[in-house]
This record gives sequence, structure tokens and C-alpha cells, in this order.
Amino acid sequence: MPRLVFLGPAREAAGTRHDVIDADTVAAVLDEAKVRYGRAFEEIVAVSQIWVNGEVVSFDTPVGPYDEIAVLPPVSGG
Amino acid sequence: MASIPPLDWISVAPSELSVGELIAWATRADCGAIVAFSGTVRDSSGSHDEIEALEYETSEELAERSIREIVGVARRRWPALGAVAVHHKTGRVALTETAVVVVVSSPHRQEAFAAAQFCIDTLKESVPMWKRDVWSGGSEWSSDTRDIIKVREG
Repeated sequence: MPRLVFLGPAREAAGTRHDVIDADTVAAVLDEAKVRYGRAFEEIVAVSQIWVNGEVVSFDTPVGPYDEIAVLPPVSGG
Repeated sequence: MASIPPLDWISVAPSELSVGELIAWATRADCGAIVAFSGTVRDSSGSHDEIEALEYETSEELAERSIREIVGVARRRWPALGAVAVHHKTGRVALTETAVVVVVSSPHRQEAFAAAQFCIDTLKESVPMWKRDVWSGGSEWSSDTRDIIKVREG
């Protein structure tokens, strides 16, 4: 199943850093994640960038069992 | 004289940073310029005074990959660069301590200045990294955020 990584404020809103969700597109995976984690997480996803295996993707991107989906809110490094 | 191969040293880790160590590492016979940038924790943020520390959270794998992309673009833009080090501390960084270091050496100063500024400016907008402001009464995610912009050529 696709593996999810939540970072920074997304990790805090989800209450976990990792999850696995069985769905076949980025949008379907995130829809299930929003159901699991609720409103605060949904608001974070709305302003986040989504990477699959380190690359920026759109919501209709297909995902498979070995893909890693990262939810990246606006950053504040440095 | 045999040419010295370029070297990159990229690190995203909880260990303390030493600017002096990285300057020594970047010192090379074929480079007459070394530019070092050290980002340190100051006592105020956009939303809080009396900051005691910052706490950085990331995926070390994703952050190091992102920094490697930045350094790759810098090397293609300034091919004369010698050594390039970009280190970012994770976890708690106390007031006045160093959170990020960029050190660039090159034969002449112009490309060292330009590449060092490019590396730190691009890091701040493209590396997956989040910080919390920590003060005596609590902590919260920094309000000084940027939408991620993936580093691009050109």
C-alpha cells in the first residue's frame, strides 16, 4: 500500500508521522487521510505541496504499493 | 598541477555545527576565496520576542536530497566552484547557536559570494524543513513560512 509521510504541522495535525492507505491515486489516498485525521489535517493539506518519491505531483497522479507520498506544508527552514 | 576534484558535503542532522570546521574543510590550494554563511537563532521572530530556541523538524532523507539538488544547480551555474558545504541542524537549536551553515570556496570571490547566497536563499524556499519558535511560555510553528518552490536550472 502507498506509504504516507507527514511532516511539520502536517505531522502534528495527523498525530502521526507515517501511515499506509490503500488507494490508487494521490487524491484518493488524501481523501481517506482527511477522514482519518479530521478538519485540522484537511486545512493543512489545502495549503501543502504533495510529493511522491521526492517529486512534486498533482492530485490525479496514480500511486502504487511502493510509493511514498509526503505532505509538505509551507516551509520555514534556515 | 593536477586539478583537485570538486567536493560537496551535505548534512541534515541533530549534531552541532562548526563554521570553523567547514571553512577548514573547504580550504583548497586552487581556491583563493571562501565565503561562509552562518544562520543563527536570534531572540525575536515575526510573532514572538524573547525566543529561547528554535526546534527544526524534517525528513533528513528528503531534506538532504533537496539540498543536493540545490548544490547541483549551483555547480552548473558556477562551474569554477571548489568545495561546497551545506549543513542544517535538526532538533533544538538554542539562542545564538547555529542552525544552518553554507560554505563555498572558489578560485575568485565573485562566484563564491554568488553561489553561497544562491544556496542559502534557495534552501529557505525549497528544502522541506519546519521550525517551531520556543519561548519561556510555550512554543508554536513559525509564522515565517514559504510555499515550497522546487529549485530549477537557469
